[in-house]
Amino acid sequence: MSDTFILNGKETPYTPGQMILEAAKNGGIEIPTLCYLKGSTPTGACRICLVEVKGARSLMAACSTPVTPGMEVFTETALVHQARKLNVELLLSSGTHNCLVCEANGNCRLQDLAYFYKITDLRFEEKAASDIYPKEDQNPLIVRDFSRCILCGRCVQACNEVMVNRAISQGYRGKESKIVTGGDLPYHESECVFCGQCVEVCPVGALTEKKAKGLGRPWEIKKIRTTCPYCGVGCQQWLHVKDGKIVKVTAVEDAQPNQGRLCVKGRFAYDFIYSEERLKTPLIREANGEFREASWDEALDLVAEKFKEIIKKDGPDAIAGVSCARSINEDSYQMQKFFRAVIGTNNIDHCART
Amino acid sequence: MTNSFADYAKAKMIILVGTNITEAHPVASTFVKDAALAGARLIVIDPRRTDMVDFAEMHVPLKVGSDVALINGVMNVLIEENLYDKKYVDSCTEGFEDLKKKVMEYPPERAAEISGIPADAIRELARKMASVKPAMLMYTLGITEHICGVNNVMSCANLQMLLGNVGVECGGVNPQRGQNNVQGACDMGALPNVFPGYQPVANADARAKFAKAWNVKSLPDKPGMMMPTMMKNLTTGKVKGFYVFGENLANTEPDIKHVEHELQSAEFLVCQDIFPTETTRFAHVILPAAAWSENDGTFASSERRVNRVRTASVPPGDAKPNWWIFKELAKRFGHEWASASAQEIWDNEVSVLAPSMAGIKYARLENDGLQWPCPGAEHPGTPTLHKGGKFTRGLGMLKAIDYIPPAEVPDPEYPFVLSTGRRLYHYHTRTQTGRSAGINDLLGEETADISAADAQAKGISDGEKISVKSRRGEVVVKARVTKEIPPGLVWMAFHFREACANWLTNPVYDPVTQTAEYKACAVRIDKLR
Ligand code: SF4
Ligand code: SF4
Ligand code: SF4
Ligand code: FES
Repeated sequence: MSDTFILNGKETPYTPGQMILEAAKNGGIEIPTLCYLKGSTPTGACRICLVEVKGARSLMAACSTPVTPGMEVFTETALVHQARKLNVELLLSSGTHNCLVCEANGNCRLQDLAYFYKITDLRFEEKAASDIYPKEDQNPLIVRDFSRCILCGRCVQACNEVMVNRAISQGYRGKESKIVTGGDLPYHESECVFCGQCVEVCPVGALTEKKAKGLGRPWEIKKIRTTCPYCGVGCQQWLHVKDGKIVKVTAVEDAQPNQGRLCVKGRFAYDFIYSEERLKTPLIREANGEFREASWDEALDLVAEKFKEIIKKDGPDAIAGVSCARSINEDSYQMQKFFRAVIGTNNIDHCART
Repeated sequence: MTNSFADYAKAKMIILVGTNITEAHPVASTFVKDAALAGARLIVIDPRRTDMVDFAEMHVPLKVGSDVALINGVMNVLIEENLYDKKYVDSCTEGFEDLKKKVMEYPPERAAEISGIPADAIRELARKMASVKPAMLMYTLGITEHICGVNNVMSCANLQMLLGNVGVECGGVNPQRGQNNVQGACDMGALPNVFPGYQPVANADARAKFAKAWNVKSLPDKPGMMMPTMMKNLTTGKVKGFYVFGENLANTEPDIKHVEHELQSAEFLVCQDIFPTETTRFAHVILPAAAWSENDGTFASSERRVNRVRTASVPPGDAKPNWWIFKELAKRFGHEWASASAQEIWDNEVSVLAPSMAGIKYARLENDGLQWPCPGAEHPGTPTLHKGGKFTRGLGMLKAIDYIPPAEVPDPEYPFVLSTGRRLYHYHTRTQTGRSAGINDLLGEETADISAADAQAKGISDGEKISVKSRRGEVVVKARVTKEIPPGLVWMAFHFREACANWLTNPVYDPVTQTAEYKACAVRIDKLR
């Protein structure tokens, strides 16, 4: 017999050791969270996941409270909603949450919660601008806007527990609290390796991709799944595409092999395809050594003619080719087929060795 | 890889050999680090003190190129002290007696002399390895880019078989492939000796099958040339027409000066690429290709996983998908190829012709792809090869292997070893990362990484421009003084044309694979006058 607990009056199974949050999820009940990061040690920092537990003296954080046999949990009581709403209100006043100008508008957990709790006015006074750390915008890839940071700590967990780059931690105390690198240096002078995992997990607009700035709101974006073009790990990416152009790249959560992770190349090195230096037309070298533009027909006819000449004179083995270890399988297949079936040689290889 | 990335985080013991995983395979490294934090034991075998050493219980800083000697020494201890998996060796492998005879010639003391690792440390290493089962071994180009690359690979396999670690989850021998689709290019038969799916061209049945599918009377039966031989034959005149698809050989191959001479010698050079490169300068015709995310297709990753690649943008100007270019060329020789998209090529040709991929169709690749072998429509794919110690050839082959030193070793004139590789922020010759905004700001130039001891002895300070010179060339480059590097070693990458390590590297090759010895040549370093 499996263990059970009572979730909103219904007997629900759970696995020993499971937190209320996950057990409830398996039971079909979603509890809102902000700081909880799947796979990491729960910190219980944001108090958004509060639930009522019968017999407990106060509300409990679902993300960090283990289920016990027969425990009675209520996720939707007036008390719960009141407390959650209060916490959202406190977070909203913890900085400047001006959604209009925020890059995360439409992709923000705090915004979603404020909307859900129908919060229209700020109940508490916003933190004074002079008390907020200045925005860090010096590195080329990641913007750190402390006015929007709710100190949930997800970035710290992503950096330390997921990617294990150990570049950032919770720094200072109380009102002075700040997510800091070693020595509180800007990212580019720190241990940070720009994997951008902290950006990926930030639930608000405190960490954003600099290159994506102003290029598209979440509701204008189409997400296309693809595979990273760099190393042989084969990480799965979401290309965020607007009007046929990639505006940013994020990781596919729960996908094999990367499980929601990317490195600096996979996350940030996508825009080479839009470089003005791309080859756009076939080029043929003239007798004087200069290249001139040509049509596909002219260029391909020339290649075919030259190859035929060489085959006639020196045989097919006087032609050789190397395929590309970066391009798709189907391209390599076609090239080896061209060499074997059309030219008639096995002189086909690729840089299998670099 | 015999195993999968999904094994990494679950592994009990991980042995990293010649792999700077945090820079070359960053996301894979996060799973190794996760495992280490969760209590997995980690051994790092690498001349450099790589970042992974922070997580390791033992760092084995062997001399560049001494892998076979070290591993033979370890196996000597495993056999001498009866620590190896006798049952596995008896039932799943053959060749043990030969192996034993050979490794008996490598007592730890001799291995120590060659590798620079003290004999006691070799014993400790062997005992550690034998103490946890299974252990996973990963390697990268530190193993293969030597004139004895194949021997190094076989040594890794010997070791893992002797320990009984092949054919189990969280075990195996796992080469992490450098480029996103090196695995796929091999799988597709872009190799001189095999058709797609590793079917030998020398096999008459295979030839007949492909000839029929490709609608030709016959196919060549003699294996072709490997790339270094092709390039060499550009100067002998044996190769007249050379077709380079997507490779920037003028920067990636060892001894740039010589490589450029070879490219220059081509009677007719076709380059198909997305950017003008140092190599396209030598072309007679340049064909503009569609890039990643400009057409649909598939990549195969290191773990043999076939993944979808999808279209997000249109290619610029007249650039065309590569498969289209080959199809159009074939037409000019009177060959009409039916497949008119990557999906048709895969579904109607590749998966029909390659039995190990017969079960892989685009319709099945929507989410996490499939790992070959996947022989049938219902087959779930294969995360672990040689399951239960059953090898494709029947028994796993243990091979007696001797140590040979790198082709060029330090001498009074060139007293340092140069070893090369990749850095985190860039990829190969930077044709892509160099054109992605921001990346150059993170790493804008090459450095020669040297030890503090050597820097001091030579009066070189961190960031100072120095000369690095080999028998083939000289570069002027900033010194980076770092604790990653042991005395006697210089380490450089090949990302920047200026100060590219390949002006210096030695064009000598493994006799079997013709992989160049990028990891070892002799250089001297000098302060600029
Ligand atoms: S970018 Fe990566 S390394 Fe840098 S702080 Fe964020 S998670 Fe840490
Ligand atoms: S930067 Fe984002 S993820 Fe990090 S603590 Fe602030 S709000 Fe949370
Ligand atoms: S995201 Fe990084 S680790 Fe993943 S495939 Fe791309 S380059 Fe490799
Ligand atoms: S999600 Fe539970 S305390 Fe933040």
